[in-house]
Amino acid sequence: MEFGLSESQRLLKDNARKFFENECPMEEVRRLMETDTAYDEALWAKMAEQGYTGIIFPEEYGGVGLGKVELILLMEEAGRALLPGPLFSTVAFAGSALDAIATPDQKKRYLTRICSGEARSTLAILEDGASWNLTDIRMASANGKLTGEKLFVPDAMVADFMIVVARDGVFAVDAKAAGIDIQPMEAMDRTRKLYSVRFSSTPAEKLGNAAGLARPFDVAAAAVVAEMVGGMQRTLDITVEYAKMRKQFGKPIGMFQAVQHQCADMYLETESARSAVYYAAWALEENTPDAAVAVSIAKMYASDAGRTVGGRGIQIHGGMGFTWENDLHLYYKRAKASETAFGDSTWHRERIARLVIDAGTASMQSA
Amino acid sequence: MDLNLNAEERQFRDELRAWLAANVPRDWAEWREKPLEEAFPYLRAWQRRLHEGRWAAVSWPKEYGGRSATLMQQAIFWEEMARAQAPSMANSLGLGLIGPTIIAYGSTAQKQRFIPKILSAEEIWCQGFSEPNAGSDLASLQTEARLDGDHYVVNGQKVWTSYGWVGDWCELVVRTDPNVPKHKGLTVLLVDMRSAGIDVRPLRQMTGESEFNELFFRDVRVPAENVLGQLNDGWNVAVSTLMYERGSYGARLHLLFKRNIDRLIEIARTVQTCGHSAASDPLVRQKLAQCYAEIEIMRLNQLRAFSRITATGVPGPEGSILKIFWSELNQRVQQVAQELLGSYGQLMSGDRRAVDNGLWSYGYLRTRGNTIEAGTSEVQRNIIGHFVLGLPRSY
Repeated sequence: MEFGLSESQRLLKDNARKFFENECPMEEVRRLMETDTAYDEALWAKMAEQGYTGIIFPEEYGGVGLGKVELILLMEEAGRALLPGPLFSTVAFAGSALDAIATPDQKKRYLTRICSGEARSTLAILEDGASWNLTDIRMASANGKLTGEKLFVPDAMVADFMIVVARDGVFAVDAKAAGIDIQPMEAMDRTRKLYSVRFSSTPAEKLGNAAGLARPFDVAAAAVVAEMVGGMQRTLDITVEYAKMRKQFGKPIGMFQAVQHQCADMYLETESARSAVYYAAWALEENTPDAAVAVSIAKMYASDAGRTVGGRGIQIHGGMGFTWENDLHLYYKRAKASETAFGDSTWHRERIARLVIDAGTASMQSA
Repeated sequence: MDLNLNAEERQFRDELRAWLAANVPRDWAEWREKPLEEAFPYLRAWQRRLHEGRWAAVSWPKEYGGRSATLMQQAIFWEEMARAQAPSMANSLGLGLIGPTIIAYGSTAQKQRFIPKILSAEEIWCQGFSEPNAGSDLASLQTEARLDGDHYVVNGQKVWTSYGWVGDWCELVVRTDPNVPKHKGLTVLLVDMRSAGIDVRPLRQMTGESEFNELFFRDVRVPAENVLGQLNDGWNVAVSTLMYERGSYGARLHLLFKRNIDRLIEIARTVQTCGHSAASDPLVRQKLAQCYAEIEIMRLNQLRAFSRITATGVPGPEGSILKIFWSELNQRVQQVAQELLGSYGQLMSGDRRAVDNGLWSYGYLRTRGNTIEAGTSEVQRNIIGHFVLGLPRSY
């Protein structure tokens, strides 16, 4: 039993960190967030070259064929860099859905283009009730066409095709198909754009049933948590550096226990979220019986911890933390978007209750 | 990263599981709720049995009667003990903290003298660290030892000594040089609790019981050969004991926490609130799920720490997050239990209406001590701030 990273996992994580530091430093994040789509074609091509767009997909579709743990490590570093654009939507979200439910022929047409970097994609689930329960979805197809509105769809404007979840199945929709109207939603986090997407008798290709989404939903949720852990780590690092450097009353503020103990709590929360998501990724990869519970535990914990860590970081920075110039608010806003994505902590606690209390098996997965 | 058991770990688990199935006493349930004083001979006998199977101190090197178990095997050990609902061991401080310190710092003669009887529970160990005026600031302790011929003469007072009432031996930290900075003048002595001049008094705590003792030392003579480690190097020896305390204690507690949450879920199914079972009440479900999740995260933090220690060789200051996590979590779990039980939560053991014979009222009170004992939450946060994050020392 080994909870540490393997040599190759460590290498992948280190390389990803260097890659994002070089290719997408904060100046670039700030530039992209002021654009309409927060998407950069050149950066996307470089990520595809690294194999990031095909990281978890089978080699027969041009993927790299790595596991969920590797995906989570990549996402952690992407989150640390506050990477803008559709890597998450395309790979963890749409790609893993395709991989789980599409036919081999469909995978050849859709997944291959994701792996090669030719296509970007996203997944449209939420409707005006903003419920993450797939049973609340009302949109349904009629004669192979979709009508209705999806909300909070990330990166829809740069997607070449979308995966749309309807009551009677999961569909692939070409972004240029007839009857699609994509409008930006002005959300807090400018680094990952959200859109409303209206479909009016839009032709759609059925991929499979919504029931098949359970696992890709969990993969995406774990990937969000990994991004959050990266963001928490970066917030902690920035804050500790500041607490060492900033002086008041003639001393570095990090010397005061009121400040130091907040930093200690940020560390505890970050490490705990990391333990939870690493385990969840492994459980998904191994398909253990507690994989869904493990994902919910991670998402529940990180949804609260991400917000708390961000808040502590801003507080320790004092007035500086409240400025636009300081980077912390960017992480704080991403944390809010991630907190609600794929279910907030309340949603996941209820899911844990269903899986643990109602199932009548309170006993935990153990070594 | 691979959390599957490897072949060696699986063999270790299977062997242990079979042994426990054959050896865990069936009448433990009758003894579990008795006062520790009454149950102590029972726990001693149980430890002796474990020792006969070479299961008492799996982490210890083979040559000292252990199994040189890896940290992961140790985690497996506690998981299996929990699964088998096995009793705890009588000499828990000797096995968990003091034995390992003696193995690390002791002379050959000391190891030969003390180690076998720690394992067999023939000699129970206690720990003389805290003093009335030296709690978090342990290094300021004042109990002094003066060399007189080939003996040290000890005078002073210790407090919060677990197992003091039953202890045969004590790992005692004393000041041997008052003229140097406080960390540099300390020495660890191994003290026979039957020596003349030791007065052991029970310390009644807020739960009403006396888990701990106060120890008074008046001209207690300790042979000089009972210095553990080097003279005036006691701080390093003591810190090594504390590291074992913070690192390993949590693994054992998982046993208790897991039992608590399982039981709380059971209770929630039977408690009625507003005409339906509490287990179907959305608020109760939220709280139970939060506890369940955090207990699992505590286990995962522990496992990750084990992997890190395996890589670096020693328990590090990161162990402090484990201590903070379990102690504060335990209080939160007890609070949820109280909310679930309502007025019944206050009934103490002995009241015929008390739920689980007062387990929850006791737990509610006892867990207040969790964030104080073995290094307060504040001290743990100082350790993380300074030693892990590199912030300037605040004190």
